[in-house]
This record gives sequence, structure tokens and C-alpha cells, in this order.
Amino acid sequence: MDFTLPEELLIFRETVRKFVEKELEPISEQVEEEDRIPGHIVEKMKELGLFGLAIPQDSGGYGMSVLGQCVAMEELSRTNACFRTRIGTNNGIGSMGIVIAGTQEQKRKYLPKLASGEMIGAFALTEPNAGSDASAIRTTAVRKGDTYLLNGTKHFITNGDIADVSTVMALTDRSKGARGISAFLVDKGLPGFSVGKLEKKMGFRGSTTCELIFDDCEVPAANLLGREGEGFRIAMQVLDKGRLTMGACALGALEKLLELSMEYAKTRVTFGEPIINRQAIQWMLVNMAIDAYAVRNAVYHAAWKLDRGERVTKEAAMVKVLATEAAGRAADSAVQIHGGMGYMKGMAVERFYRDLRLLRIYEGTSEILRMIVAREMTR
Amino acid sequence: MKILVAIKPVPNPDEKVKIRPDGSGIVLDNIKMVINPFCEIAVEEALRIKEKQGGEVVILTVGPKEGEQQVRTALAMGADRAIQVEAEKGLDSLAVAKFLAKVVEQEKPDLVILGKQAVDDDNNQVGQILAALLSWPQATFASKIEFLDGNKKAHVGRETDGGIETIEVPLPCVVTTDLRLNEPRYASLPGIMKAKKKELKVIPSASLGVDAAPKVKVLSLASPKERAGGRKVADVAELVAKLKNEAKVL
Ligand SMILES: Cc1cc2nc3c(=O)[nH]c(=O)nc-3n(C[C@H](O)[C@H](O)[C@H](O)COP(=O)(O)OP(=O)(O)OC[C@H]3O[C@@H](n4cnc5c(N)ncnc54)[C@H](O)[C@@H]3O)c2cc1C
Repeated sequence: MDFTLPEELLIFRETVRKFVEKELEPISEQVEEEDRIPGHIVEKMKELGLFGLAIPQDSGGYGMSVLGQCVAMEELSRTNACFRTRIGTNNGIGSMGIVIAGTQEQKRKYLPKLASGEMIGAFALTEPNAGSDASAIRTTAVRKGDTYLLNGTKHFITNGDIADVSTVMALTDRSKGARGISAFLVDKGLPGFSVGKLEKKMGFRGSTTCELIFDDCEVPAANLLGREGEGFRIAMQVLDKGRLTMGACALGALEKLLELSMEYAKTRVTFGEPIINRQAIQWMLVNMAIDAYAVRNAVYHAAWKLDRGERVTKEAAMVKVLATEAAGRAADSAVQIHGGMGYMKGMAVERFYRDLRLLRIYEGTSEILRMIVAREMTR
Repeated sequence: MKILVAIKPVPNPDEKVKIRPDGSGIVLDNIKMVINPFCEIAVEEALRIKEKQGGEVVILTVGPKEGEQQVRTALAMGADRAIQVEAEKGLDSLAVAKFLAKVVEQEKPDLVILGKQAVDDDNNQVGQILAALLSWPQATFASKIEFLDGNKKAHVGRETDGGIETIEVPLPCVVTTDLRLNEPRYASLPGIMKAKKKELKVIPSASLGVDAAPKVKVLSLASPKERAGGRKVADVAELVAKLKNEAKVL
């Protein structure tokens, strides 16, 4: 087995690592304080091509392999999570529906601009009464001539307030359950479409999550994605694809936490010795290293399989559970190793501890993903 | 303007290097190689000149095949094509300069830019030797480059101990870069995609008819002594006395 990455990926990994170390990490705490990413940094992210990793080349993106996307996300996740979230929707849930099911016209209209970062995309499935049970959504879309009238409320929508186009799931036929759900591309500023409450969150400062409200919002029929009733299938495909890159995000954070903890343990002296000399501390570090090793191999292997065109529904679900739970454990150990300092604002481990908690919840909770694995195992 | 930029892959300066137990060199396993930071500045400067007045930027490196990744990185930054003289590791400065001179004779650039030194051995020699071999003028440690009279000459600000010294050199010439000349760009993803299609010509070193036999031999490497802590002195008189009698530097 050959584990060497292709040359272009080695070069890109180097670029992203340098960008993170030189430009993102130094402002990481500032972004945490101000709760926003400075505009010039977003411009740099555009120049580097970060918004178009996953969008195919014939649609103006860079069509990176899933392995390549994982490498990029791993590197970007070594700093404040808001940075990779800014490019995350364009490379994932905010564009993949169009890539999978868009018409030529829809692809031409949105994908090149999503790839360049000129447009931001969002994905709106979740509602107050429909999270894990996504088929329970209540937002409706009623055909009226050349338009659909959308009514309902979505919540917890990442980048929803800054999105130029949102992929919105709504019921076109209530009687058919999940098969009655359709997907729509909703442009910013349509009459009847507004941004509701911006959530105050435990973490992910610098990144926004909000309500989207549809009140007799008229969406042109040309903005139906796929056919009526295909929305749920499209949504599940979109989410399926993101699980591996989410695993890579957890991996990057886990590796960074290990590095930070090693550094701290070497320099913190108690009872006349650096704490790294104590077995209790060593075992925490070793467990983090074991996890990092397992997660890294699992993420890369599943990505490699997917790039070969194999079906990885089970692996992707397993990888997301494995990686995000390992990162959670690592964050807990990292705070422990840092002692009281680990509980203080301004310390990276404190931020990671809060931010990583989300990864076990969104884009499929650990429980729902285990259900998927169980289903795949008993197929 | 046609610009040739010579680059050298070096061990990543952000990583800690270890000396081999026998002192014959440094341990290179698991050390990431990068473009020498001064060379990266040279690439950036060439690209800026090209963006201003057009022309061509050619990357040139002398060394083993593994250096290809750093060459591709320079192409991804925006250079047009590259030449790699495939040679063994560890050539001395004179040998490298001789190979560079051969390629310069073939390519006939208007300007050759190099880093002032490579951060591995810190020799600070190749640019100067190259200029001598070519009988070209040289402007080393550049922190500013300006072209005049339709590129017939350049004004180069040089970083010296006493401050910036500006000299005038006719073209073609050799320039070596200092740290403050510019801030190099990243190899962006669009750049990396384009670089895949750019020409990388490999020339076997044997075909250039150069006597590369080493004139310099590394006897052994050793780590610098651990720094001892400083000492506080009460006043200037004590300082002067100590410098005179203990350190014996006055
Ligand atoms: C910061 C943030 C950003 C988000 N971004 C987006 C976005 O961009 N777009 C979007 O559409 N959504 C987004 N979400 C929503 C997210 O995907 C949902 O929160 C998630 O799917 C869980 O749904 P829920 O919150 O309704 O929890 P619930 O579904 O109510 O789950 C509550 C608990 O019950 C468990 N549970 C549920 N059903 C079962 C079962 N059958 N068996 C066992 N256990 C079960 C769950 O695992 C969980 O532990 C975001 C959420 C957050 C917090």
C-alpha cells in the first residue's frame, strides 16, 4: 500500500498550513472576541481557492478529490473553527445539492460564484420540530403558476444570514411523508424571505447560525432542485458526503490539541519536575496519540475508497462518530492537562473544548449515525 | 524581461534539526523540505517584475529529483516554467554556481535572482560566484530593485550593516535577495492546478560538462553550545572592565 499523498496535495497542505499559522492563528482570539472574521482575511481565503475545493472543475471549482478536501479541512481545523465554517457550506451542504441535482442552468448560475467565494451558500433542512427526524419538517411549498409559495421556519442554519443562495427543503405533498419533500434554491432578498434570530451559541464564535423565515415567499419554479419529491433523497446524499470531511475537521483539531498539550506538559513544572514526566499525564497524551493515529487512518482510508468510486455510507458514518468522539475526549484531556489555565478564556484548549462539542451533534448526531451503521450492518 | 530564479530546497526552518551521531550531517528522515525562504523571496520578486512589465520567469534548481516538489511550488506561485539540473546531494557552492552558469548561458536571461543564502548551510556564496563566472555585475542583499532606461540598468538598495546602500548595475546582472525585499505569496489552489501543466525540463548534470568535484569538504557538524544565562552589572565602568578583563573583547 502506498500512503504518499500526490505532490499537488503536499503543496496545497503546505499552503494551508502556512496560511493558518501566519494569518489565521494570530487573529484567532481577536475573532473570538469580536465574533466576526475580518473582511481582508475572507478575501485571502478566496484568492487561495478555499471556497471551491469540492466544486467540479467544469463548474468553475477545483474538483479536488475527497482525500484532498480532507487534507485541506484537517489543516484548516488546527485553528479557530469559524474559518473552516466560512468555507464549509460552499464546499459541502451549501453547494452539493446543486452539484448532485442541479440543471445546467442552475449550475451555471450558482456554482462558479460559490467556487470563487463571490456567493455564499447555505443548507436549510432543520426546523424547530424536525432535527434528527428530518422527514418531520413542516415548511410547505405550494405550486402557483410559475412559482412556489414557501411558508415555514428553519432554524440553526449555518451561514444562513450571509448566504446568497440557500438550499431549502419543503413539503410539496404532505400526504407522502419524506417522499413529499422537495428542494428549492432560494435567493437572498426574495420577497417573503427573511433572516430571523441569530443564535447565541456555546462556541463557534465568528460563525453565524440563524433562523430563516418564509412568509408567502415566492420562489420561481425554475429554482426547484431536482424533481418534486426528490428533496429528501438529495438532502441525505448531501449530508452523506459531508461526514468524511467532518471527520477530517475533528482530526485536525485533535492533532492540534495533542501538540498544545505536549508543549504545555513539557514546560509546566510541579513538585520540581515537568508534568510530562508523570505517568498520569503521559497516558492522557498517549491516548490522544492513539486516537489521532486511528482517526487519521480511518479518515484517509474512507476518503481513498470514496475517490475510487466505492459506496462508503457505513464508513463515512463510522468515521464521523470515531473522529468527533475522539476529538471530544482529546479536548477534555487537553483542558485537564492545562489545569486551571485550561479553563481560562484566551487559551486555545478552552475554545476547542467548546467548539468540538458541536461536531457530535450537527450533520447527524452520534446516535443517528450509529443507527445508520446498524442499518448498514444488518442490510 | 526574462528572469531566471535559482531556488534550493532546504529542511523546514520551523522544525528542530538533529545532527547525526557521527557529525557527518543532519538527520533528514521525517524532516519536511521547503523552498529556502530567501529563494522564495526571489521568486516573489521575479513574479512582481513580470506582473509589472511582462516577460518570463524561469525557475532553476540544481540537486536531486526530490526537489521537484519545491520547483512545482514555485511554478504554482506563478512562474512560467522550470529547469532542474539533476545532480547528487551536497554539491559545494562552486559546483552549483558552475551548473547555474551553464544554464544561464543557454537561457540568456536579462536578470538572475537568487536568495542571498540558503538557511541550511548559510554559505552566502552561490550568487557571488555565479556573477564572477559569468563576468556579470552583482547586487547582493537586495531590499529594493528598480529598473531604469528601458531595463538597461537597475538601482538596487542593499542591506548593509551601515544601512541601505543603493548601487547602480547594468543588465544583465545577478541579484541576491534579503529578507525585507517582499512578502512572498502563497501557492494558491488555482496556481497549483495550473502548475501541473507547466513545463519542467530535467537536465542530467553529466550532460553539462562541468567539473563538480568538491573543493570544500565538511569535516564534522556540531551543535552550538547551550547559551548560558546573562549577568547583570552595576554600571558602565564595571561593564567596560568585564569586557576588557574577562571577555577580552576590548
Ligand atoms: C451550530 C449548529 C449549526 C447547524 N447548522 C445547520 C445547517 O446549516 N443546516 C441544517 O439544516 N441544520 C443545521 N443544524 C441542525 C443540526 O443538524 C441538528 O441540530 C441535529 O441534526 C440534531 O437535531 P435536533 O437539534 O433537532 O436534535 P433532536 O433530533 O431533537 O435530538 C435530541 C437527542 O435525541 C437523540 N435522538 C433523536 N432521535 C433519536 C433516535 N431515533 N434514537 C436515538 N436517539 C435519538 C439525538 O441524537 C440527540 O441526542 C445546526 C445545528 C447547530 C447546533
